[in-house]
Amino acid sequence: MSARSSRPAPRRVVYLLAAVVIGGLFLLPILWLLISSVKTTAEFAAVPPTYWPQTISLENFQRLADAGIWHHALNSTLVALGTVVLATLLSTLAGYGFARFRFRGSSILFLVLLSTLMIPFQSIIPSLYAILDSAGLINSIGGLILVYTSFVLPFGVFTLRAAFASIPDGLEEAAIMDGASPWRTFTSVMVPMAVPGVATVAIYAFFNAWNEFLAALIFTTRQDAFTLPVALANLQSGAFGTLNWGVLEAGAIVSAVPCIVVFLILQRYYVAGLSAGAVKG
Amino acid sequence: MTATIPPPAVGGAHVATNAARGHRGSGRLAARRSRVGLLFVLPAMTLVVVLFVIPTIYTIALSFFESSLLGDLTFIGLANFERALADPALVQALLFTTLYTVVVTAVLFVIGMALALMVSGAIGRAAAALRTIVVVPVVIGFATASYIALWLLDGRIGIVNRALDDTGLVDAPISWFGSFGTAFAVVIVLVVWKTVGLTMLLLMSGMNAIPGDLYEAAQLDGAGWWRRLFSITLPLLRPTIALVLILTVISSYLAFDQFFILTQGGPDRSTVTFVYLIYRAGFIDFDLGYSAALSVILMGILLLLTAVQFRVLRQDGDR
Repeated sequence: MSARSSRPAPRRVVYLLAAVVIGGLFLLPILWLLISSVKTTAEFAAVPPTYWPQTISLENFQRLADAGIWHHALNSTLVALGTVVLATLLSTLAGYGFARFRFRGSSILFLVLLSTLMIPFQSIIPSLYAILDSAGLINSIGGLILVYTSFVLPFGVFTLRAAFASIPDGLEEAAIMDGASPWRTFTSVMVPMAVPGVATVAIYAFFNAWNEFLAALIFTTRQDAFTLPVALANLQSGAFGTLNWGVLEAGAIVSAVPCIVVFLILQRYYVAGLSAGAVKG
Repeated sequence: MTATIPPPAVGGAHVATNAARGHRGSGRLAARRSRVGLLFVLPAMTLVVVLFVIPTIYTIALSFFESSLLGDLTFIGLANFERALADPALVQALLFTTLYTVVVTAVLFVIGMALALMVSGAIGRAAAALRTIVVVPVVIGFATASYIALWLLDGRIGIVNRALDDTGLVDAPISWFGSFGTAFAVVIVLVVWKTVGLTMLLLMSGMNAIPGDLYEAAQLDGAGWWRRLFSITLPLLRPTIALVLILTVISSYLAFDQFFILTQGGPDRSTVTFVYLIYRAGFIDFDLGYSAALSVILMGILLLLTAVQFRVLRQDGDR
């Protein structure tokens, strides 16, 4: 409501100026980190700090291997991709089931799903740990994938249930009349129509799994099982006094860049998914 | 941002379509379709039951037990809860988490609203670019953002202190995490930087859903910008505002990452949040029963908050 193309020129200038200043403030920490990361490891930890790199070097990134960061980044990648695949698959199936079928217990099951939105996982940690432990799923990539999938499912099922419910009945009925099986109807007619919703859930699953900290901190106790954020915390606390700032911050870049890239490429779906939720609310 | 999408109402129209479908098909076809529907939702529901419903029940049960380091459980009735109510650490964490939630919610709302007004309805590359830039920190993890803040603010190698010193704003380097006031302020700034993009997006989509002719009519009647904001935008935005406040309050009440990494609960345990307390009881002190009792209290608080806020939402709907 604030900006119209007919706005007088001075106000346009003020608007542009404000946009540049605010945008600059938001970008500054990330830009500063990227610029500083090409300092040498010694210069990165210099007291007092330098504003601009005196020599350009990739030392901080080369040293990531010594700290095992690539191994933890691989863990994070496997956990994130596994969560994206499993959460998207299960959400799509269940979203379709709840949107298009009425079966005994469907409202009760939906109510159960609804209740999971009200009780956060942070309040079931002690027993979740016990259950995972008894199933041998502590320190396991698979265990984290299952846990993260269960975090994403409520959002995912709600989003895709709405997406499937908004597809006109006629299409599905025509497929059934033509003798297509429910599975065939689902895969060749319904899912292609719900692609934006599926993409929203996949992106949401990726951010959640890649960035999650508390569950990973608790459900991994062996160093080789750490995901990237936990490995960085370990770097921070484990080597206190001799903390290698260059490596820690290069690790932060490795952790941040995939999210920024995914967001910039797929932001249409990310924003659309959030907006759909807000408007329905 | 865990609970982003509120449950879509189990709509009357939806039920009606399904009923009609049932009547049309033969009884056997309907029964088959019913079984198929169950098969579609079964995998997801199994996971939700195993990793959510059972742990919830188990947490409640565990809160009545004392657990030894070896994992033996002894039933102790309400003793964990009695201990919690008398625990000064719990009172401290409750007070701090509530203070944090109130401050963060207010600041996020005001700044998020200002940003949403800047980018909503605005056509042009500047607004689109600003919107994208403000959302970038949202997609970075809280842990990652905290490591960046930790480096920027470090007492020895941090650039913020150097810049403050060079501009003459301070005489001695500030120990940001050394006192409650600065530590608290730092976390608030970090959280605003990291999450205000989400607040902005939600408010923006609410604003974009307001019909444009309302503004045109008001403008013709001579209503100025502020008048339009208070007479059109804010009243029509009430449902979205309520949603944003619910989401912010709940996620703030569950804050952990930024405190664990930046303040480590300090100085003097003054920034220990409720979830931090649960983490410490369960996984530092290995007191699972007590940790479960704290978890049940947190569950109760959040259910209460949600119930109150849903009531507010419903009143909005009745209007």
